[in-house]
Amino acid sequence: MKRWDLPKVMLIAGLLFIYLPMVVLVIYSFNASKLVTVWGGWSIHWYVGLLDNTQLMNSVWRSLQVAFFTSCSAVIIGTLAAFVMTRMPRFRGKTVFSGMITAPLVMPEVITGLSLLLLFVAMGQLIGWPGERGLTTIWIAHTSFTASYVAVVVSSRLKELDLSIEEAAMDLGAKPWKTFLLITVPMIAPSLAAGWMMAFTLSLDDLVLASFVSGPGSTTLPMEIFSSVRLGVKPEINAVASLILLSVSMATLIAWFLIRRSEKRRLKAMQLAYASEAEEAAGSRQRTA
Amino acid sequence: MNILTRYLPKGRHYVIGAPFLWLFLFFVLPFVIVLKISFAEAEVAIPPYSEVFSYVDQVIQVTLNLGNYIFLSEDELYWAAYLGSIKIATVSTLLCLFIGFPMAYAIARANKEMQTVLLLLIMMPTWTAILIRVYAWMGLLSKNGLINSTLMSLGIIDSPIQMLNTDFAVYLGIVYSYLPFMILPLYANLVKHDMTLLEAASDLGASRFTSFWRITVPLSKNGIYAGCMLVFIPAVGEFVIPELLGGPETLMIGKVLWQEFFNNRDWPVASALAVIMLAILIIPIILFNRNQQKELEGRL
Repeated sequence: MKRWDLPKVMLIAGLLFIYLPMVVLVIYSFNASKLVTVWGGWSIHWYVGLLDNTQLMNSVWRSLQVAFFTSCSAVIIGTLAAFVMTRMPRFRGKTVFSGMITAPLVMPEVITGLSLLLLFVAMGQLIGWPGERGLTTIWIAHTSFTASYVAVVVSSRLKELDLSIEEAAMDLGAKPWKTFLLITVPMIAPSLAAGWMMAFTLSLDDLVLASFVSGPGSTTLPMEIFSSVRLGVKPEINAVASLILLSVSMATLIAWFLIRRSEKRRLKAMQLAYASEAEEAAGSRQRTA
Repeated sequence: MNILTRYLPKGRHYVIGAPFLWLFLFFVLPFVIVLKISFAEAEVAIPPYSEVFSYVDQVIQVTLNLGNYIFLSEDELYWAAYLGSIKIATVSTLLCLFIGFPMAYAIARANKEMQTVLLLLIMMPTWTAILIRVYAWMGLLSKNGLINSTLMSLGIIDSPIQMLNTDFAVYLGIVYSYLPFMILPLYANLVKHDMTLLEAASDLGASRFTSFWRITVPLSKNGIYAGCMLVFIPAVGEFVIPELLGGPETLMIGKVLWQEFFNNRDWPVASALAVIMLAILIIPIILFNRNQQKELEGRL
């Protein structure tokens, strides 16, 4: 095989295609010129200006709140769903259940957004709640679609787990929920963290669902960005966008690093356990000999 | 497994029930309401549609107004929007496949340490806002943007090319945004392939292309399938990309639905548009769900 074959060239070209536009965006956010396309030297002018933009800062705070509550509830619902899919034997309606988990992954956002809005309106007429749409309705909408992503991430981990450990705990008299909390959860903790992070960023990014189900005074950051981006490229938006890119990639890197470290530790512990087992076995053989 | 099932029945229903109830209430039930509203009439009221069910003089009346569907079928604009969406989504999906397959192949063939790094590089953009990644292209493609000014200073073109607000920009934006979703399932599939099969084929005299076409491609069928569905289905209903990168002549159904809802405030027509879109996508969605169920349960 040649050192440089087509797939490798494509991979490098593809990665450049993915990252170059973002790099250019970050570089131009430090542009001193008010004209977005003309380079006028380095400056952090636009970043400083952001702090005075209270409207924008308020929307950042709202988005962070929604994202935090979304990721917490999505991890709970998504993990339960993943548990049902991987651990429960076939039951009636399992195919429907599985469809409800995976369909939100691909469902066009305009459909989900419109349908949730109509649900909230109908509920408001029928039971009087939610009377006004706002952060709560955005939270519900975000939880529903991010839970699917959590379920996929967590179930891929649950599938790999050695069932005998959970069975051993239950043989020794632990109740199922205790086994789940003390044995299963610690073992899937890295993927819970990854799922949490994923739900957080997905919620932080969402424009379409939030636009449909938000109410007066609950403009989130993507909605704020969208309404000004529609009118063209602006230096302030370059700065906000760069900040989001940087913070999300930092968070991703940290999460990735933590998960990898815990994986490595686990592997090492397992190797040690096997090694000592092998030693013991060798020792007992020697004694019997 | 036996011990697990023996203990489960009591708590089992709660464990299944909680996520089931949530998903039913906030994912399935809303579609029923969309279907209902699509048979209503637009009214100037709060909420802006007529009642489908009414109870007058001990009679339950169901007024199914087919007007929205007739209106949609008679207007060429909506036909063009549906066909345009399907065309753009299909072409973009194929482009993603042709670009993504070699990339996934190269990642699957890299050494273990390199694989995790490359995967992270592919995955990271899927976690950052699609809005911002599309916005980055707006600056690059615009009339006096970086691409045009570079081409002009190199003397390749004399006057700026119109790239932003064209169909070209929409294709570019969709491929750019959805490429990672094609690569990830392809990689997950390709990495499981047994390399000895390819060695055997080349020992028996197959060319690299033959062994790729007759061994690698058939084996990666499930990955291709999952990747294509992950790109095609959401791309059909895409709103942000045609809105920001497309021009006024770019007709996509997601954008039309948005305008009906937010600009014209016609909720029943928007609902009818959503119902038809769902009817077009229901078969791909069911196929995708089947594929994913095996994946979730670990039967693949």
